[in-house]
Amino acid sequence: MDSLLNDQRPPVFCPGCSHERITHTLDKALQKMGRGGNQVVIVSDIGCSGLFDTFFHTHAFHGLHGRALTYATGLKMAQPDLTVVVTMGDGGQGIGGAHLLAACRRNLNLTLLILNNFNFGMTGGQFSATTPTAAQVGSGFLNQLERPLNICQVARSAGAPYVACYSAFQQDLADKIQRAIEFEGFSVIDIWGVCPGRYSKKNRLTPKLIDEALSEVPCQEGIVSENVRHEYSQHYQKLAKDQKPASPPLHIETTCDPPQPDRQEVLLLGSAGQRIITAGEIMCLAGLSAGLHTTQKNEYNITVLRGPSISEMILSPEEIDFTGIDDPSVIVALSQEGVERRKELFAHLDTGTTVIQVDGVQLPSTRARVRAMDLKSWGIRKNNWALAALGVLAKMNLVINLDMLKSALKVRFTGKNLEESLLLVDQIKISL
Amino acid sequence: MARSLMEGNEAIARGAVAAGCRFFAGYPITPATTIYNNMLNLLPPLGGIVLQGEDEIASIGFCLGASMAGMKVMTATSGPGISLYSEHISFAIGSEIPIVIIDVQRLGPSTGSATRGADGDINFLRWGNSGGMPVIVLAPVDIKDCIRLTMHAFNLAEKFRCPVFIASNKEIAMTRESIDVDALDLPDQIERCSPPAGKPYFPFQVTEGQHVPGFLPIGGKVLVRQTSSTHGQNGYITTDHGEIARILNRLQFKLESAIDQFSFYDLLPAQGSDTLIIAYGVTARAAKAVYKEFNQHGVPISLLILKTLWPIPANTIRKAVRKMKRVLVLEMNLGQYVHEIERLLPDISLDFYGQMNGQLITPAKIKERLAIG
Ligand code: SF4
Repeated sequence: MDSLLNDQRPPVFCPGCSHERITHTLDKALQKMGRGGNQVVIVSDIGCSGLFDTFFHTHAFHGLHGRALTYATGLKMAQPDLTVVVTMGDGGQGIGGAHLLAACRRNLNLTLLILNNFNFGMTGGQFSATTPTAAQVGSGFLNQLERPLNICQVARSAGAPYVACYSAFQQDLADKIQRAIEFEGFSVIDIWGVCPGRYSKKNRLTPKLIDEALSEVPCQEGIVSENVRHEYSQHYQKLAKDQKPASPPLHIETTCDPPQPDRQEVLLLGSAGQRIITAGEIMCLAGLSAGLHTTQKNEYNITVLRGPSISEMILSPEEIDFTGIDDPSVIVALSQEGVERRKELFAHLDTGTTVIQVDGVQLPSTRARVRAMDLKSWGIRKNNWALAALGVLAKMNLVINLDMLKSALKVRFTGKNLEESLLLVDQIKISL
Repeated sequence: MARSLMEGNEAIARGAVAAGCRFFAGYPITPATTIYNNMLNLLPPLGGIVLQGEDEIASIGFCLGASMAGMKVMTATSGPGISLYSEHISFAIGSEIPIVIIDVQRLGPSTGSATRGADGDINFLRWGNSGGMPVIVLAPVDIKDCIRLTMHAFNLAEKFRCPVFIASNKEIAMTRESIDVDALDLPDQIERCSPPAGKPYFPFQVTEGQHVPGFLPIGGKVLVRQTSSTHGQNGYITTDHGEIARILNRLQFKLESAIDQFSFYDLLPAQGSDTLIIAYGVTARAAKAVYKEFNQHGVPISLLILKTLWPIPANTIRKAVRKMKRVLVLEMNLGQYVHEIERLLPDISLDFYGQMNGQLITPAKIKERLAIG
């Protein structure tokens, strides 16, 4: 197979830079695999290693510092047959640390070559995540304070199924890279090299010294058996196939008439766990069955099972513009903390508003008509109070009626839940 | 007639799928999370891809990769996530990568309030990229817009090869609303244009008279180069100042010269009125309620609802203010877009009401403001 090197753009690294050697080695590996340029994308990071893509006659994606793995992930998911090789320096590995961990956990079939030369070459030799504490670099004494990262160890513990650490100078590097690319899953190769332009000016580093240093690093080579598992993209396709198609939005036919001809605003003031939002939704669905426009605005705390929960509904024969409530026809006071959240409202109300007051909830003074409901003595459980209140309204023919409510329950619930909710509504007896 | 009940975020997800979106990546954040939830329900059964990134930077990075592989992509977040998207927004602008970005705005600054609405990112969306290049920002008013404008957003992203933002708001995103889906007037799908056949491909070359380069996917037969560096039309780094200027000027020109093609708005004029309200987003609904009430009572005021905010639809705004003596601008922030309008209309008496407390601007507040003038 032909070389995939770009004959128009020969490498321009400093003399003696390991990156140049690795450029040729990667080309050799791709040649041996018989890959054509359009079957490969080189995704490069920032820094001297970021020049990699330009030296190859392949697809190329050169992006922002540390983010190369993110583009590679999108490319590979969209084009599973593409060979995706990511080149990144020790700098990119540091700034993109979260992406490296995630890629190890994900196990998408990408190959990451970390061109590790122990410093930021391009910007003047500052220390990186792999700079030894004893090195003299462009960051003054700061590298003495931070422990260098063992990339292989990190990649292994994060779940990468193929991890290796090599010298840029070793003769069989092309074979090693080929094996990593051929591996069906995420492979990380930490390649140690020299940066004569910056690092090795003050820090003696030769192929021999690299070999010695590598022999001291515990790094088993290649497949990490305990991490071998499904490749992400194939696994994704497999699981996605079993997902049921999403249902289209439910169309609710108009089957009944609303009890009032004009815009009605309703406030449910309750607590988390009282199924306030569900009751609000049911009221809106009831509105739809009477051909009305509806909106539902909710307010609740971020904590799931604590705090006030408030739902504001509007049902109107006209299109609804403003979705806030300033003149409610009905307020259902289901809990004290719910009422507290809207307590300033009660002073403005007049007899046009009906307040359904669940037993035990104190109301601020108000001129609204108040109707007390002792849901507890009816034996209705607290998480059904909001639903029961809808039953009360339906029986009063206020905002909704029984036809509307029952058709909404049939839309919202099925099976046992539906039976129970219908029973609950029937159970409600009010004296008019 | 049959209506459905849906929240704004579901409407955006459904609009995206209808526009041909098959790749979504996101990171959970209130109040945008339900877009992710909905995409997760909708896309995988259609053979589409949904990913959860390790952070927002990864989510949008996945999208940029997939978009360059030829897919229609979307991501969704809120203010804190938009902040993290910033470097990739710049990338998408400078390297002409189509992407739809949903910003479900919540009250800022910073972490702010996750469940309170605001329109505080309007200028951030425009100016939050290094280089200060223009972007397209569409602002939905209601659930219908969530579907319609999202579809337009995809079409614009594909057509102009740029990021397109939907500036939503918690108050639209998480409000459920009735909608007659079948009655919507929806746009047809537009696809990226291909380069002219039979010629060597240069990824950033435009054909004579065009302002957007033809697209080929990474992974196809023809080699494609993408780069975040300052590039020439061949996709390699260049130092040729002439070529740099040509490309960067084109990035600005391709959007700003075309704004009249995609200036979406509702102009509600009133006979004999000399007062115009300008509003966008959820605030436009309160303004519309006031507009209806005033005109029913024989007090003519006009209303301009802007749905394309960036690039500035100068002609739309200038036309609407003709014959107006007074213009009232409303915003759910302390005054951002109003300065753009000010710049456009130096001779008009401009009034402003802004509110940033996590609550909707009410019709009563607007009426109060009108009475003061
Ligand atoms: S600065 Fe270092 S890494 Fe960069 S090209 Fe020169 S030798 Fe290579």
